Amino acid sequence: MDLLQASFKNVSDAVQAKKISAKEVTQFFLNRAEKLNPTLNAYILMNNKALQEAESVDQKIKRGEAVGPLAGVSFGIKDLLCTKDIRTTACSKILENFIPPYDATVVARLKKAGAVVLGKLNLDEFAMGSSNETSYFGKCKNPWNPEYVPGGSSGGSASAQAARIAMGTIGTDTGGSIRQPSNFCGIVGIKPTYGRVSRYGIIAFASSLDQAGPMVSTVEDAALTLEVICGHDEKDSTTSAKKVPEFSKNLNKNIKGMKIGILKEYESKGRVNPEVEKTYFTAVETLKKLGAEIVDISVPMTEFAVPMYYLIAASEASSNLARYDGVKYGFRAEIKDLSHTSLEDFYSQTRGEGFGTEVKRRIMLGTYCLSSGYYDAYYNKACQVRRILKDQYTEAFKKCDAIVSPVTTTAAFKIGEKVYDPLTMYLNDIFTTSTNLAGLPGMSVPFGQTQTGMPIGIQLTGAHFEEQKILNIAAALEEASLVKGKTPNVY
Amino acid sequence: MIDQKTIQHIAKLARLKVTPEEATLYGDQLTKVLSHFQKISEIDTTGIEPLVTPTEIEIYLRPDEVKKENTAEEMVINAPEKAGNLFKVPPVV
Repeated sequence: MDLLQASFKNVSDAVQAKKISAKEVTQFFLNRAEKLNPTLNAYILMNNKALQEAESVDQKIKRGEAVGPLAGVSFGIKDLLCTKDIRTTACSKILENFIPPYDATVVARLKKAGAVVLGKLNLDEFAMGSSNETSYFGKCKNPWNPEYVPGGSSGGSASAQAARIAMGTIGTDTGGSIRQPSNFCGIVGIKPTYGRVSRYGIIAFASSLDQAGPMVSTVEDAALTLEVICGHDEKDSTTSAKKVPEFSKNLNKNIKGMKIGILKEYESKGRVNPEVEKTYFTAVETLKKLGAEIVDISVPMTEFAVPMYYLIAASEASSNLARYDGVKYGFRAEIKDLSHTSLEDFYSQTRGEGFGTEVKRRIMLGTYCLSSGYYDAYYNKACQVRRILKDQYTEAFKKCDAIVSPVTTTAAFKIGEKVYDPLTMYLNDIFTTSTNLAGLPGMSVPFGQTQTGMPIGIQLTGAHFEEQKILNIAAALEEASLVKGKTPNVY
Repeated sequence: MIDQKTIQHIAKLARLKVTPEEATLYGDQLTKVLSHFQKISEIDTTGIEPLVTPTEIEIYLRPDEVKKENTAEEMVINAPEKAGNLFKVPPVV
């Protein structure tokens, strides 16, 4: 069995039929990780019990006990999700030594379905970044060319998946953190509708925007993983009680008659790199050829998505990150005489030393926007505009089944190219942030590449709880992709 | 324009010790980033209820039942400094 090509279903079937053991699958990916990770820095920690856990899946099968649809499938997990007894850091110094006493619901559900956790994946500190350059554990590299960023914040997930040092990975998306790195690394990533996936045990960045999802190699694997991780969780009151569809069984590449919208506001106006634009136009032509109807739509407030997003995300982050105080867990500044230090100085010193530059910048921004005298002008104003945006999307989806667009304005950029200018970096997010603000599902599917061989993806955005529609369109694009079967050199 | 006095005030509110170099950097960057945000103030939002979370429909409340999940010992295990089951902190009162 070619484990680099096999689908999750094939591997799970083979493991359950005892044609291959979960332990062998795990060993195969551990070996690949050992060889390739030193170049990529995608994993920041391996699960030293991975083989043991795989063996217990094999034992269950031997005893004839039921195992789930991901039996023996090896997963890498973004280090923002808590893993019981495995260090979880958010790639921050302030959580450098944190060992969670519980699993995030997403992780618990994967394990229950028979998946094996291989290790923890790199990210921008607290998921704040678009290039994985703000990680306390060092930069992560893009397997298509290690001089380039893998994107962010789920850079480790995208890099590991593109290099296939995991069978599948999990990322999180607050403003594009699944879709943008998936786009930069040529993999499939989906951010579900807000409320589809439990946030329990996921280190919070911006609670009204955060959502976890699969970052994998094919649309079929994404659909199956989504089925496993979605659904109501009593530990997260914002999860929806809606029934989770059988995404993988319902997958249908026939998109004849579907209406696919093009946003007037996403017209390039010189903002989009010509190679990215060309790939996007080809994708639209392909959708037409496959029988979809392209319709023009408008969501005027998307023009303001980036400022709205940064304001709301930073405000929520400044509040969420107040919990890191050097008392309950994590890093504490070295203070010689605790009994003669004020509590305020103690907090400030711990937080000043424990957080990195980007995180501090966002805490400062958020604190400012929430502070007395500025709350109405900034935070409240942004939330009012957010409602207009959401309502405009609801109207737009009366005219179409999904929206197609580029994922980002450029393909992956070189390491160090943008890190010194936060505003330029933020503006790279113009196509991804409005999805989170409105709580919509969105995904990135590989479709083309630049002349230098870097991947270019296509973004699909759906109406609330309409993941199936964007998965189906993505499956059609995957089939017609200009880069079908292409893999990075390290592969 | 975010001046140094404002930066110091925000840093105090956020309980963040910032070095003088960081303070200068953040002052410049926040000014730049916030001026970009000014675009939002042009939008008429009279009478619009702020949207603070995308799922407003059904907020679920779980039954108020005691569940044995983690013990106190497990929860203090990550504390940087502790005395028995207690967190060690500077004098509070």
